[in-house]
Amino acid sequence: MADDEIILADLSDDELVMQMHDDLYDGLKEEIEEGVNLLISRGWTPYDTLTKALVAGMTIVGADFRDGILFVPEVLLAANAMKGGMFILKPLLIATGAPRMGKMVIGTVKGDIHDIGKNLVGMMMEGAGFEVRDLGINNSVEKYLAALEEEKPDILGMSALLTTTMPYMKVVIDTMKEKGMREDYIVLVGGAPLNEEFSKAIGADAYCRDAAVAVETAKALVLRKHNQLTA
Amino acid sequence: MALISDDLLTVKGLEPAQQGRVLLIACGALAHEVLALKRLNDWQHLDLQCLPANLHLYPDRITEAVEKAVLAHKSDYDSMFILYADCGTGGQLQAKCAELGVEMIQGPHCYSFFEGNAVFAAHPDEFTAFYLTDFLVRQFDAFVWRPMGLDRHPQLRDMYFGNYTKLVYQAQTNDPALDAKAEDCARRLGLAYERRFTGYGDLAVVMAQAAG
Repeated sequence: MADDEIILADLSDDELVMQMHDDLYDGLKEEIEEGVNLLISRGWTPYDTLTKALVAGMTIVGADFRDGILFVPEVLLAANAMKGGMFILKPLLIATGAPRMGKMVIGTVKGDIHDIGKNLVGMMMEGAGFEVRDLGINNSVEKYLAALEEEKPDILGMSALLTTTMPYMKVVIDTMKEKGMREDYIVLVGGAPLNEEFSKAIGADAYCRDAAVAVETAKALVLRKHNQLTA
Repeated sequence: MALISDDLLTVKGLEPAQQGRVLLIACGALAHEVLALKRLNDWQHLDLQCLPANLHLYPDRITEAVEKAVLAHKSDYDSMFILYADCGTGGQLQAKCAELGVEMIQGPHCYSFFEGNAVFAAHPDEFTAFYLTDFLVRQFDAFVWRPMGLDRHPQLRDMYFGNYTKLVYQAQTNDPALDAKAEDCARRLGLAYERRFTGYGDLAVVMAQAAG
């Protein structure tokens, strides 16, 4: 063992949370898992552990990615570390009835197998308190609609990485309109070749350029929807 | 003419020779093919400027870079042609070219126009294929391996490529050494390998059009 190795168990709660932010940044999955277990053993609620240690840490990662300080490989390592922590926390969050923000169905569109961005969004949405049903890759309109019927989510999220596949989002939205169900859902879209203009043109509610924006947009639109329903 | 270094084409591109009436503004990844077609057809009136091929790592920067090149040389040539397809710009390059009054290659990307846009579109079932061209085989480490961090974090490979099933090497030339290298790239990515000779595909057609 190196002399300067940090013993997580020796840290105070505040120090441990700060260290976990650093460990997430460095993509250290085992350390994150250990940190999560330590906080839980010290009486932290799963919700506080999630938001203060993991989500706050990933927010720093997201900001540095947006600012060009971190790049995709580092973000993936951080996400993988967070996934380790989430795996421990998920059953505990359900058992303790942590606050829920809403529900999302998310998937990559037909003909497209790219899922890195979609997975990041799904994970950050879970971190923000959303229940997420991930449909995976290569989803047909039928599969999206079946999942909407089954899950009755607040949000439908669609992702595409290719210029050739992104128009399929319009096929899904148009079908939702035809069936008179478009207004029942918030539709968020994302993916490298997309932009705000495209999102408007296909009739989505918003374009989300990254996972952090997706979370903020989802929170704001769900709140607005709930306010409209109660008005 | 001495062979231009791939490393240079990747990070710096190629300045025009300021000779000729028609300027082709191309992706650095196409430089060797464009120059080969120019030689083959004796298109001496075509000049070539290449933008750095590594712009493909940041597709949102391509449109601006093309616009800058067009505006910088507009008065020096009778006409210009943009040797880029959409290349992940989500239609923005097409819109900018229309605004600037210059033509560009049709299609989503070079994998499509090397094969021929019509042919490529005819096998939509191939969406689990990862494509490499001659240039990308030669520059595999600079374009794929290192930017994706696989040299430092090999455990990320399946997060990137887990949904792919095969690597298709679209060969512009018949070069056994490149074939072997492409096969090795497939092995490194954990994918099945297929070599497909495409030649220059639609690139030859659009260059003939640009040459007039």
